[in-house]
Amino acid sequence: MATVQDIEVRDSAARTAAAADELQDVQGEKMVLNMGPSHPATHGVLRIVLELDGEIITRADPDVGYLHRGDEKIAENMTYTQFIPYTDRLDYLAPLANNVAYALAVEKLLGIHDKLPPRCQYIRVMCAELARISAHLLGLGAFAMDMGAVTVFLLSFTEREKIYNLAEAISGARLTTSYTRIGGVMRDLPPGWLDQCQKFCDEFIPALNEFETLLTRNRIWVDRVRDLAVISKSDAIDYGLSGPNLRGSGVEYDLRKNQPYLCYKDLQFDIPTGAVGDCYDRYLVRMEEMRQSARILEQCIKKIPGGADNQTNEPVNVADGKITLPPKQKVLSSMEELIHQFMLVTEGVNCPPGEIYFGHENPKGELGFYINSKGGGTPYRLKIRAPSFVNLSIVPKIFVGTMISDTVAILGSLDFVMGECDR
Amino acid sequence: MTALESAKKIKAKFGDLISEPAEFRGEISVKLADAEQITAVCEFAKTELGFNYLVDISSVDNYGDDPRWTVVYHLRAIVDGAEIRIKTDVNEEKSELPSVLPVWRTANWHEREIYDMMGIRFSGHPDLRRILMWEGYPYFPLRKDFPLAGKPSDLPGVAFTKTAPLEGGPFVTVAGGKDAISREPRIRNPEE
Repeated sequence: MATVQDIEVRDSAARTAAAADELQDVQGEKMVLNMGPSHPATHGVLRIVLELDGEIITRADPDVGYLHRGDEKIAENMTYTQFIPYTDRLDYLAPLANNVAYALAVEKLLGIHDKLPPRCQYIRVMCAELARISAHLLGLGAFAMDMGAVTVFLLSFTEREKIYNLAEAISGARLTTSYTRIGGVMRDLPPGWLDQCQKFCDEFIPALNEFETLLTRNRIWVDRVRDLAVISKSDAIDYGLSGPNLRGSGVEYDLRKNQPYLCYKDLQFDIPTGAVGDCYDRYLVRMEEMRQSARILEQCIKKIPGGADNQTNEPVNVADGKITLPPKQKVLSSMEELIHQFMLVTEGVNCPPGEIYFGHENPKGELGFYINSKGGGTPYRLKIRAPSFVNLSIVPKIFVGTMISDTVAILGSLDFVMGECDR
Repeated sequence: MTALESAKKIKAKFGDLISEPAEFRGEISVKLADAEQITAVCEFAKTELGFNYLVDISSVDNYGDDPRWTVVYHLRAIVDGAEIRIKTDVNEEKSELPSVLPVWRTANWHEREIYDMMGIRFSGHPDLRRILMWEGYPYFPLRKDFPLAGKPSDLPGVAFTKTAPLEGGPFVTVAGGKDAISREPRIRNPEE
């Protein structure tokens, strides 16, 4: 009769097999790690569910939507002009660029996007480029800080502060600028603004050189970001990436060059592209884009019609009483202007029926507005093509096979904003 | 190749299924009569005409009309920057059309968003979950019959707990446990 001990004690071959089974179980055991939504490296409220095999990521599932405000629904219920403040809050690191993008989209629907006064075009280009520098500075600063290089973050914020001051001088607000209007801008540049802008450019390039000495050839930095999360050219196009992420993968596509709007045709600038498509390339592309933006700014300061104090009274708004608000003195003294003012404020800008899509080269990528109008002062449907939303959709692909400590580097190199992603 | 030439080529290939190209503000749109063919049309546009970049997919709720949904695809050829818009209608009973995910992988999140916001399903999509709203949310908020004020759901009203200093003023949000209609001044009905 077999005892209990006889049954439990196995021969050596069975013991080896059992040990191998156990070992395999330990190796094959996956751990699920929840990253976010409140995590310092997710730049907002992004949640990523990571499946880990040891330290290696085997699956990543981004969960977006924590900042969803229903901007598209809100847009259907107000006039075109009333929606401008909501665009400040899309990519809140570059509100001026969002304002420009939205205004140009509505103007395309109206058919006046190529009839804007030259001074208005130059002002808008300067706004967009200042916003680009500001957004890239924060993107890089936060990217470097997540890697442990806190100094860059502090230095870049010194420069951003100057841009905020410039934004405050033109619009009265540092963050929620709402500077553009349908058919123009809120008001002309204040006296001395161009000099301040020139001063910023003069100080910015040496500061940028300083950042480069801290990062570009820093051994630790290069080792952490080089050859990490390589996105091939075909993948970048297939996943619809845009902006520096697309160009970092070597695709030379920039809406400012390929589909020129405003006065970009008259300005000299280069489009930097990456060679490998790794995090380091995306970093280098953003660095160079800031230099090019400063170059555009300096050209605008020299070429802007009317110059610093607009002695020649160049208009900054489209001369059409049915699109832009008339001057206040005229509203109080002339019947026609009073009617225009009343109609614009109560009914909104009367847009023709039709549908348009306008894509603007924003700091994060292509910010597009699809407007479906049935006529009248409110859009029937307004779809926002948010670059951060599309750029994040590649995360499940590029995260697989990387280490858990690389997640912050990859997220930093993708440079997204959740306010825009979730809308 | 310009967008108009491309549109004509699509029309030549698919015949009566494709409408005459319409131009508005320099943009070319074509309309596809049978939504079931959308994958084939997109595949043709990508492989034969070079539209390798899907910019965006939007959806429109033509509330009160039949068919109720319009799905709008914005295509771009990265090489020469040509752009074309393909639209197709889907009726409310069906509310489903094939996914273009096999053609461009960027369609994944765009289609999930349309399902989330409008409730249009994409057959063949491997992972059609809500993306902006949370899993289990019962409504489709971008539909025209969904009120701006929202509808009550199971989540508790944690956002408004304290009284605002200017409470009672015409533009001040009314704090307290009531629904959004009485809380938010912008959406109060004028006749009330």
